[in-house]
Amino acid sequence: MRFLFKTDYEDDIKLFPHSGYYVSYGVLLALLVIAPFVLSSYLMSQLVFVCIYATVGVALLILTGFTGQASLGHAAFLAIGAYTAAYLQKYNVPFPVYFLAAGGLTGIIGAMVGFPALRLTGIYLVIATISFALIVEEILARWESVTNGNEGMRVKTLSLLGVTVPRDSPTFYFLCLAVLVLTIVGTLNLLRSPTGRAFVAIRDSETAARSMGVNVALYKVKSFAISAAITGFAGVLFAHKLSFISPEMFTLQLSIEFIIVILIGGTFSLHGAVLGAIFIVMIDPFLTYLKDDMPGMIAGVAATFGAGPATAGNIKSTVAAFASLNGLKGAIYGIIIVLFVLFEPLGLYGRWLKIKLFFQLFPLYKRATFKRQKIYVKSERNR
Amino acid sequence: MLDFVQQLVSGVALGCVYGLIALGFVLVYKATEVVNFAQGDLMMLGGFFAFTFIGMMGLNYWIGFAGAVAAMALFGMLAERVVVRPILGYPQFSIIMATIGLGYFLRSVAGMIWGTDDLKIETPFSQGVLRIGSLVLAYDKLSVIAATMILCTLLYLFFNKTTLGTAMRASSENMLAAYYMGIPVKRVVSIVWAISAAVATCAGVLLAPITFIHSNVGLVLGLKAFPAAVLGGFGSIPGAVVGGVLIGVIESMAGFYLPEGWKDVAPYLVLLAVLLLKPEGLFGHHVRKKV
Repeated sequence: MRFLFKTDYEDDIKLFPHSGYYVSYGVLLALLVIAPFVLSSYLMSQLVFVCIYATVGVALLILTGFTGQASLGHAAFLAIGAYTAAYLQKYNVPFPVYFLAAGGLTGIIGAMVGFPALRLTGIYLVIATISFALIVEEILARWESVTNGNEGMRVKTLSLLGVTVPRDSPTFYFLCLAVLVLTIVGTLNLLRSPTGRAFVAIRDSETAARSMGVNVALYKVKSFAISAAITGFAGVLFAHKLSFISPEMFTLQLSIEFIIVILIGGTFSLHGAVLGAIFIVMIDPFLTYLKDDMPGMIAGVAATFGAGPATAGNIKSTVAAFASLNGLKGAIYGIIIVLFVLFEPLGLYGRWLKIKLFFQLFPLYKRATFKRQKIYVKSERNR
Repeated sequence: MLDFVQQLVSGVALGCVYGLIALGFVLVYKATEVVNFAQGDLMMLGGFFAFTFIGMMGLNYWIGFAGAVAAMALFGMLAERVVVRPILGYPQFSIIMATIGLGYFLRSVAGMIWGTDDLKIETPFSQGVLRIGSLVLAYDKLSVIAATMILCTLLYLFFNKTTLGTAMRASSENMLAAYYMGIPVKRVVSIVWAISAAVATCAGVLLAPITFIHSNVGLVLGLKAFPAAVLGGFGSIPGAVVGGVLIGVIESMAGFYLPEGWKDVAPYLVLLAVLLLKPEGLFGHHVRKKV
C-alpha cells in the first residue's frame, strides 16, 4: 500500500497525486487515440456518444453532484445549444464562433434559470427544472420561424478551418474527445479553486456556507451558468453527430437519462460521469446483442442438460418471444435505476473504490467504511 | 357565456383528476416527506386492474372497482416495502430517482401485459347527460367531480380527526421523535402508501371514460399534477384538490381562448409563477426554523 506524505497545500491539490496516475492516464489516452484505427465504425459512433454524454454528465455533476442542486431539465440546455448551432449555421457562421455562441447563450439562459431557483430547494427545484424543460420543448415545437417546428432542422456537415469533418470521421471523434478532456480538466481545476470549494460548501450545508462568508446566491447562479454552458457545448456536438434535430429528441426522457448517467457512475467524482456515460450508451447495443443471441444460448444450455430437440426449440422460441416484447428495454432501465439506488448508491466508481480498498487492506477490509448515515429527523418543511 | 360555462365544467372535471393524483403526492409527502414520481403510473396501473376485472372478467362495475382499489392498495404496500423502505432516511434525491425508476418499470410492464392500445371501461355513467336549460353536462364528468369531493372530505377528516391520521402527521414532522413516542412508523408509512395507491386507482377508474387508459397516461397526467400540488401547497389535502381544479380550468380556458400551444404550457407557467411569488402555495404555511 502506498502512503502519500503531503507537506503543504500544493501537494494536497495536485491533479496527479503520484506517478502511478501518469502511467494509467497515459495508457488510457494512448488507447483512446488509437481507437479509431482499431474499432469498427459502429463502436466508434457509440464512442462519440459516450464523449458527448460524459460531457453532459460532467456538467450535471458540477450542478447536482458538487453544488447539490438537482436538475431534471438538462435536455433543454442541450436543445438550446443544438438549436443555436443549427440556426447560426444557416447564416454561414464559422464553427468556432457558433460553438462559443451556443455555449454562451446556454450559459446565460442557465443563469436566468438559476435566479428563480435560488429560492427553491429539493423537490421544488426538481419540479421547477422539469417545467422549464417542458416549456422549452413546447417553444421549440411552436417557434417555427427559427426552429422549423416539429419538422426539425437539418444540420450541415461540420467544417473546421476550411476542412469538412464528416460526423463519422476520426477527426470528429477527436474533436469530441478534446472537448470532453478539456471539460474534465477545466472542471478539476474549477473544483480546487475558491469557486469549487464554495460549491461543495453549499452542497454540504447552505447555512454553514453562508456563515463562512460564501455568497450562496452568487455561487448557485454561477453553478447553473457553468453547468448549462458546458451542456450547450455538448449540444453543438450532439447536433452535428445526429445531423438532424427535432423537438421530440429533447424530452424529459433525455433529462432522466442524463441523471441516470451520474447516478450509475457515482455522484461524488468526475470518474462517475464517464463510467455512467459508457454504461448508458453501451446498454443499448448490449441489450440488442442479448436479444439476438440469448435464445440460442439458452436452448444450447438446455440441450446439453438433456432436453430433446423439440423442447430446446420450444425454449428457444419462448425466450425469443419474451426478448422481443415491446417495452422490455424500459423495464430493464427501471430495474437498473432502482437496483443502483438501493444497493449501489455510490455508483460504479464507488464500487471500483471499494474493490481497490479491499485489495489494499486485505484482509482487514471493513464493509462499514462506505456505510451511509441515515437521517430520520430532517424535515424539508422546517428548513 | 354558454361556451364559458361548458369549458368551466370540463376544466373542473379534468382538474379533479389532477387533484386526485396530486392528492396521492400530498398524502405520501405529508407522511414521509417523499415525493412519489410514480404516482401517475400507479393510477395507470389501477385503471388497468379495473379494466381486467370489469372489461375482461365481466364483473359488476362496483365490484370490479372495489377489487381494483383493494388490489392496488396491496400493490402500494408492496412497492413501499421493496423500493422505498430500504432508502427511507437517505437524501431525498435517491428516493426521487427510485420512484422514477419504479415508474419506468410499471409503464413498460403494463405496456407488455395490456398492450399499447387505448382501452375503455364501460361504466354506469358512460352515457347520458344532464341538461340544465341549454347547458349540457355529461354524467361521466359529473361523477369525477362528485367522487373527488367525497374522497377529499374523507381523507381530510381521516388526517385531522383520527388517531392514525395524527400518527401520520407526527411521523412526517419528525420520524425519530414519532418513533420514540411509540408510533409504529414503518407500518404508518406502509399504510400511507396503500391509501395513496387506492386514491390513484379511484382517479384511474373515474378517468377511464374521459381519456382512455393506456400505458403512458400516468406520465402525462402525473406531470400535470405537479403544478396542482405545488399551487395548493405541497402538504395540504384541500389544497391539492383546489390546485388541481384551478390548473384544470386554466388549461381548458387556455385551450379555448388562447392560440394553439398555450394549452400545454399554461400549467407550467402557472407553476413557475407560483414558485417564484408564493413558494408555499395557496394553502401551505411557511415555517421558519429558529436556530
